[in-house]
Amino acid sequence: MSEIVIRAEGLGKLYRIGERERYYTFRDTLANAFTAPFRWLRNRRQPTLENVGPSPSASNSQSAIRHPPSGLARSPSAIRNPQSEFIWALKDVSFEIKQGEVVGVIGRNGAGKSTLLKILSRITEPTEGYAEIHGRVGSLLEVGTGFHPELTGRENIYLNGAILGMKKREIERKFDEIVAFAEVEKFIDTPVKHYSSGMYVRLAFAVAAHLEPEILLVDEVLSVGDAAFQKKCLGKMGDVAKEGRTVLFVSHNMGAISSLCNKTIYLADGQIRATGPTEKIVTDYLSEVFQDRIESLEQARLAGYGQHVRLSDVRLLSNDGSNLLFGQPIKYALTIESDIDAEDLSIATGIFNSSGTCIGTSFTKEKLSVKANQKLTLRLTISNLNLAPGSYYTAFSIGRGGQEAARHDLDIVIGKPAFQVLPISENEGPFANWSSGWGNIVLKDVQLMIDDE
Amino acid sequence: MVLEPERLQSSVLVIRATSGWVALDLRALWEYRELLYFLTWRDIKVRYKQTLLGVAWAIIQPVMIMVVFTIFFGHLAKVPSDGFPYPIFTLCALLPWQLFAHALTESSNSVVANERLITKIYFPRLIIPLSAVLAGLVDFIFAFFVLLAMMFYYGIQPTSAVWTLPLFVLLAVMTALSVGLWLSALNVQYRDVRYTVPFITQLWLFISPVAYPSSIVPEPWRFFYSLNPMVGVIEGFRWALLGRAEGPGPLLAVSVVVVVLLLASGLYYFRRMEKTFADVV
Repeated sequence: MSEIVIRAEGLGKLYRIGERERYYTFRDTLANAFTAPFRWLRNRRQPTLENVGPSPSASNSQSAIRHPPSGLARSPSAIRNPQSEFIWALKDVSFEIKQGEVVGVIGRNGAGKSTLLKILSRITEPTEGYAEIHGRVGSLLEVGTGFHPELTGRENIYLNGAILGMKKREIERKFDEIVAFAEVEKFIDTPVKHYSSGMYVRLAFAVAAHLEPEILLVDEVLSVGDAAFQKKCLGKMGDVAKEGRTVLFVSHNMGAISSLCNKTIYLADGQIRATGPTEKIVTDYLSEVFQDRIESLEQARLAGYGQHVRLSDVRLLSNDGSNLLFGQPIKYALTIESDIDAEDLSIATGIFNSSGTCIGTSFTKEKLSVKANQKLTLRLTISNLNLAPGSYYTAFSIGRGGQEAARHDLDIVIGKPAFQVLPISENEGPFANWSSGWGNIVLKDVQLMIDDE
Repeated sequence: MVLEPERLQSSVLVIRATSGWVALDLRALWEYRELLYFLTWRDIKVRYKQTLLGVAWAIIQPVMIMVVFTIFFGHLAKVPSDGFPYPIFTLCALLPWQLFAHALTESSNSVVANERLITKIYFPRLIIPLSAVLAGLVDFIFAFFVLLAMMFYYGIQPTSAVWTLPLFVLLAVMTALSVGLWLSALNVQYRDVRYTVPFITQLWLFISPVAYPSSIVPEPWRFFYSLNPMVGVIEGFRWALLGRAEGPGPLLAVSVVVVVLLLASGLYYFRRMEKTFADVV
């Protein structure tokens, strides 16, 4: 079977900067109507990107977006021009996906992954280009879309199922299976507002997992729930793939991408940087992460985090900023900024290996607090972690309250800083070759004994 | 699951930028009829959750207004009531009025209120204001029983024209929907709508014959007066239920034409704007 089921040709999406966050009041439109002629005059004399600046009334901004001036459309430098009122969230994206392929989409925040899925799932229109989809599409951009807290689990299964595009009969048929998958049998007639967050997510995912479209578009939805449930979901996704359905899967989790997808598209700045076999593309992507090409923490921040309390700088403290000796404590300098007074904060740090798998996470025991508009600089040290020689990158989270999983994350930043552990030990000199098959941690202080029975 | 080749051929979805006016696409709406049903059902289910009196609110509201109107307009201001007891005269108008006012308010806010759905999943967006309007019918049905009880109490028999009542209900719903379509689409871009809706319904109440009979409007003004479709609806209700002598005449046709124009323009405006909803809302 090599039927092409998704074909995209030169897809592009132009956004007004801040359009997603802003709506206008009539007053703004009036104010704009008064200033528009002046802007027009100014722009005529000075042909810049602002030329296309429409008045923010609905029809105007739409027509301007639909028909961007050709200069802007062609100039690649316009893609991220800070002077521009517009941003190409996606530009010239063309690809073909064959039936039964499971394709991963990777890239940093703002690379256009979600925009691509939104266009393919018809939530938003492309500004230019077109896409052709053959078959019934199911999209899963969020787990539990349309869940209503006042409704019971049972009612929400029907509602959410219908929203995802299932027929009533189909939901009825799969109802028991969904409930069993979610492990919420006892609470099925309880309003979901009384559910624990884990139960809520499990139920929501269970409905989604039983969606049976021919083509499934999935955004970062596996990052929810506890580890055991994530594994179950990955298993379910794997089943979907085996059934010969086509899947387009966006994720930051390179482990999930590697295990599920045979082909991967790497997006950067709204364009396809590379596409090909997953293994190669993931390696390319991670090597860029390792070269610390993430200029700003903004790009490493998970969407929606860092609203009030955020990490504004993270640095690795070592001689050269990116290399460590084996056995050397890992020290970071963190700067935290906050708009609010916050107490009971803790820091967590996770270390990822070169294939994108998180090899361990540690939480601080001490709690800290910040004052509004205060800059807090602190030093974080991980000791006694005998990381094997190799490449790693770090993730940080600032959380409030609770222990470990019960914390409420305020900021999550993944990918910075990246560092190498050199095969040289401070005390013992050169380190013997460490086989990558032995894992990422040298169990140095662990004793392994053989006892005779 | 194996794709059947015919199916593959038949369901090619082409995604590209559309421009200008878009077709209504009733077929897509029909395909998603179950979602319409579930969203309406959700709105009904959720409406009176965690309220003490529950669905009794559907009855309390029109009855309380009826009492207040009867005291102030009926007894104190001595507003004429076409020869019927004032309470039944006004309740008969309050039912379609409340149906209309609720449907208008709910549908105007519906698109913004369902922002999460709109930014996360595709479905014909028309379903949202439609379900908001339909959910209001349940309240109407409950309140209707109160009206029947009142008619029984006053010994008023429904006329033989009672079968036309659903048509007037339909006209009220269509009026609410047509204005609701305009306002819900405008609301996405201009949140001013949120503040104007209560104001609009309030003004509209005064220009509709809820507290007074339309017979007090002088003849030369009747035509302009009946440009308000709710005039036709309310007079129709009184005619079909209470047997007011004068049946709906050519002025009802004016109301219908106004609604049809409003609805058509509302539908097209909504369809034209809906592609920007996910980006702007």
